[in-house]
Amino acid sequence: MSDTTLEGNTSHVQEKGFSSSETKPGNTILQISNITVSFDGFKALNDLSLNFELNELRCIIGPNGAGKTTMMDCITGKTRADEGTVLWYPEVNKTVDLLKLSEAEIALIGIGRKFQKPTIFESHTVFENLELAMKTDKRVRFSLFAVVDDVTRDRIADILRLINLNEHADQLAGRLSHGQKQWLEIGMLLMQDPKLLLLDEPVAGMTDDETERTGELFNSLKGKHTLVVVEHDMAFVEQLKSKVTVLDQGSLLCEGPMAEVQANPKVIEVYLGR
Amino acid sequence: MHLKVGLLTTKIIMSTTHTPFVVRFFSATGRKGWVALALFALLTIVAVPSSHLLLPVDHALHIPTFYVTLLGKIMCYAIVAVAMDLIWGYAGVLSLAQGLFFALGAYAFGMYLMREIGLDGVYQSHLADYMVFLDWKEYPWYWKFTEHFLYSMMLVIVAPGLLAFVFGFFVFRSRVKGVYFAIISQAMLYAFLLLFFMNNFGFGGNNGFTDFKRILGYSITSPEMRATLFALSASMLMFALLLGRYLVTSKFGRILTAIRDAEMRVMFLGYNPLWYKLFIWTLAAIICGVAGALYVPQVGIINPSEMATANSIEIAIWTAIGGRGTLIGPAIGAVVVNLSKSWFTVAFPEYWLYFLGLMFVLVTLLLPQGLVGLYQQLRARMVR
Amino acid sequence: MYCKFLFRVPSLLKVLRTIVLLPWLVAMFVLPAHAAPLDPELVAQLNADGNAAKKAAIIKFALLASPEAILLLKSLANDSLFIAGENGEIILRMEGERAFDAATGEEVTPVPEDMDQLYPNNRVRRMLHTSLSVLKLFDPDRDERLEAAKKIEDSGADVAFLPVLDKVLKEESDSEIKQTVTFIRAMIGLNSKDSAIRLTAVKDLGESDNPDIKLRLTELTDPAIEVNSEVREEAKKSLASLERRLVIGESITRVFTGLSLGSILLLAALGLAITYGVMGIINMAHGELLMIGAFATFVVHDIFRDHYPEYFDWYIVAAVPVAFFSAAIVGVIMERTVIRWLYGRALETLLTTWGISLILIQTVRTTFGTFNQEIANPSWLSGSVELMSNVDLPWNRIIIIGFAVSVLVLVWLLLNRTRLGLFVRAVTQNRAMAGCVGVPTARIDTVAFALGAAIAGLGGVSLSQVGNVGPEMGQGWIVDCFMTVVLGGVGQLAGTVWAAMGIGVVTKLVEGGLGAVIAKIVVLVIIIIVIQKRPQGIFALKGRVADD
Repeated sequence: MSDTTLEGNTSHVQEKGFSSSETKPGNTILQISNITVSFDGFKALNDLSLNFELNELRCIIGPNGAGKTTMMDCITGKTRADEGTVLWYPEVNKTVDLLKLSEAEIALIGIGRKFQKPTIFESHTVFENLELAMKTDKRVRFSLFAVVDDVTRDRIADILRLINLNEHADQLAGRLSHGQKQWLEIGMLLMQDPKLLLLDEPVAGMTDDETERTGELFNSLKGKHTLVVVEHDMAFVEQLKSKVTVLDQGSLLCEGPMAEVQANPKVIEVYLGR
Repeated sequence: MHLKVGLLTTKIIMSTTHTPFVVRFFSATGRKGWVALALFALLTIVAVPSSHLLLPVDHALHIPTFYVTLLGKIMCYAIVAVAMDLIWGYAGVLSLAQGLFFALGAYAFGMYLMREIGLDGVYQSHLADYMVFLDWKEYPWYWKFTEHFLYSMMLVIVAPGLLAFVFGFFVFRSRVKGVYFAIISQAMLYAFLLLFFMNNFGFGGNNGFTDFKRILGYSITSPEMRATLFALSASMLMFALLLGRYLVTSKFGRILTAIRDAEMRVMFLGYNPLWYKLFIWTLAAIICGVAGALYVPQVGIINPSEMATANSIEIAIWTAIGGRGTLIGPAIGAVVVNLSKSWFTVAFPEYWLYFLGLMFVLVTLLLPQGLVGLYQQLRARMVR
Repeated sequence: MYCKFLFRVPSLLKVLRTIVLLPWLVAMFVLPAHAAPLDPELVAQLNADGNAAKKAAIIKFALLASPEAILLLKSLANDSLFIAGENGEIILRMEGERAFDAATGEEVTPVPEDMDQLYPNNRVRRMLHTSLSVLKLFDPDRDERLEAAKKIEDSGADVAFLPVLDKVLKEESDSEIKQTVTFIRAMIGLNSKDSAIRLTAVKDLGESDNPDIKLRLTELTDPAIEVNSEVREEAKKSLASLERRLVIGESITRVFTGLSLGSILLLAALGLAITYGVMGIINMAHGELLMIGAFATFVVHDIFRDHYPEYFDWYIVAAVPVAFFSAAIVGVIMERTVIRWLYGRALETLLTTWGISLILIQTVRTTFGTFNQEIANPSWLSGSVELMSNVDLPWNRIIIIGFAVSVLVLVWLLLNRTRLGLFVRAVTQNRAMAGCVGVPTARIDTVAFALGAAIAGLGGVSLSQVGNVGPEMGQGWIVDCFMTVVLGGVGQLAGTVWAAMGIGVVTKLVEGGLGAVIAKIVVLVIIIIVIQKRPQGIFALKGRVADD
């Protein structure tokens, strides 16, 4: 974890991670290279290497314990990688080493994450949850004098409509149903206006309708943001019609369109056992 | 010409009072809150001092010195409770060291008061009595400038503030939370208690500072001084409440409670909790220091026993009894507990600790929202 | 001890005496001792005017070392010598009613009427006793010889006795006695006129570890006092080697005291670590559980003292189970009435347990009084083991270290080799899962809390043997216990052990140099630094599960 005193202004953050020797290969926005993470001898991630393209929609699947959440933890700074690099290419000629940044700094440079279990602020209202997530200067001195102005209100209203919670704007978030909480968290993620969205099992516990709506939302975001979705729900993954990456025991098993991956004998073995 | 001046003045007043900040400040408390504050101000700044100063001693409504100082002292405690609520009720940081900051503020102002004794001490020396006793020849370097009122005011703010900042920076940075933080803060308090007890530490050892004579030339025991200190304590309490109210209704406050409820999430939204916690922690420490500075001239003495662990834990109980996260609750809690203590230690001294202990247990078990929460529950029931 | 023999400025008289005595001593030394009557003139000298003459006579008799001489000196010591004759020149020895001539040994009848007692004054008496002790160095019984040597070591001896001591060393076989006599000889030798003797003496003293000779050796490095440069050099060297040995001794003492403190802290903090590990609660009343254990010991101590005095020494054995169970019972009551309702709310339990601690303190105060109680150590716990001159290890602390180790082993066995222990560990690591597989978590909570309390009770027993017992004694330990738990981490016994021992040793080492207050602050700063790197403590459970 870095121990700098940055909190809000993102340009500092990007310059800090700059390493001029790296050039952006092709259209990649995030490059994971040879990441290894072990907990007390157990290798959660084993020499994993992955690339994500700008504005693509990618699904990550794999059996339990494959390391999907750990991979997200690594990218967002929640877990320390023992070996390897994670590089972020937000613009031409700009490279950021994510392993050097803290969780907050990573969030500020445009990587947003939705957790497996909906983590929202239960004692705040839906409106306040979105307000807090909004992309703005997040330093103490700004928040001391920040005012909820019309611009903020409009933006929040837009998102409320999108996540279908505009009637619940003043309700305490803790009172929402599970599916609604998931949507609220997605809404918060959108409020951050991130370049990369990491979604960990976004439709877990949702009804079929909600799941379909979520799929539609993701598809609409496809060209403008990069989305990485970890999921178990295969129907949902199919709905997204994206490239699929399969992880197993901390390493890459195979990658490709859904149909190809589903037919791969290694994948079948790993999911169904022999 | 007059019109122009008039318009200009109005413009200036409008622009300064209608800045977003000021508007926000005044909307932080509802109308009822302002009314209550006004009443409180009337009572404490006008009524009590007048009664004490103007009414004859045997008049039924005269408030004797004993009560003026007792209530003034309790208001200082209430200020500490408000500060505690800011860090515990709103930021979720249980500190067992607020007594330390309170005592540091008291000692800082106490240094000025010791200087003001001048040559009227027991040894009639310009040095403090205990320094003469220790055979010192002059004031140590850290006593420099303390004879100036403004400097000591600055010290009251800087001493607790700086300590809080440094301690908080290192401890919050290592992500120490919850119970561990409480224990570490208690250890810091304990270390300072030991330091201040040392006779050659320069702060009076186990006797501390006492025997004060003057503030700014005015006698410290005169009724006017007492009334002034009383009114000042009340003002500071009101200011602390207003400041607290502003903070908690602002975005800062919302982030703070978010940190309390789900710190991980807040980090992933891009906020660095370290600075938020550090800000409120340092602010609370400074508020406690100011309360201590108001306390010491009213009570007339400051010694290291003010830094005892028991005192700091009691602050937590005032807050819990009043109702965490309400600002006014802890202030009420402080008043209730300390009035009870006054009464008990006179009427049934043996039972005070049983009562206090029981209060700790019962309030935490049965009244998690405190008295304010109880009041709100009862009101809700009556509305139905 | 040797102050009496700091001959800084030898007086003329003493110089004269030594010059006069030396040939005599040599003569006496050379002449064989024979069973012959004593010289009457010499015997009469015991009644001479002036101390010098009397002392000289005594020394001569001592050097003679014959049975007659010894008898004479002993009689003088127990006041059975009398003066007779017109000029007081005959000395008689009284045995009961019979009188004997002190010189010839023949019986004198009739017993003369007017006899004055020969009563030596204090100065003479001291010389007398030293002489008798020196004579004792030839006693066939080893213990007598050792006792005599120790006595002379304490009281010092005249430089005149040097040749006798040389004789002792030649004939003595026991190493301990030899060591003591060498030391005595060296101390005496420091005062010799002969620089060669002084040199040898200084060299010999370099092997010692006795801190009392430091002053003397330091003097000998000063040119104003010691004229011979070779002796000065040797004194410096001896001083240096003595200092080294003293420093080692001091360090050993400090490390031992640190280990002792660590062992008591371990007993005190172990219970807290278990309850925090299992239930996630911090028990602010833990200090009071220590206090209850100590007071239980006090009650047992009083019962034994008043009703079974002949078994008094064993009160402590009875106190162990009593303290164990009383603390456990209090723990169970606390857990069932208050703590179980606050499961998971660590900060609230902190406050409620503080309230309970206030109640407990006040209850004990009203029952037993506010002041500290007196507890006497059983006799087999008193005293100490002396490893070196300046290293004195008290027995009770040694036993307590042993006690702490045994308790630790028992707890380890309980946690790692029993079913109950398995359940406790399961609940510590993952409460929800443990509940799912059928572990009765509520009952485990109670048992774990009671166990933690009981261990605290045992800690109280140890505390009663080394410190004061009073209602507020627990308050002084609570911060240290917390520090141990924070530093050591939870879930593993090893963490608590290392943390407790570490804190104990570091505190005592720093204390020696900088004082108790600085020591406490240093420990606090160290802990803050350590948790910067490892916030969960040294031996924390790692992995995603333990993240919260």
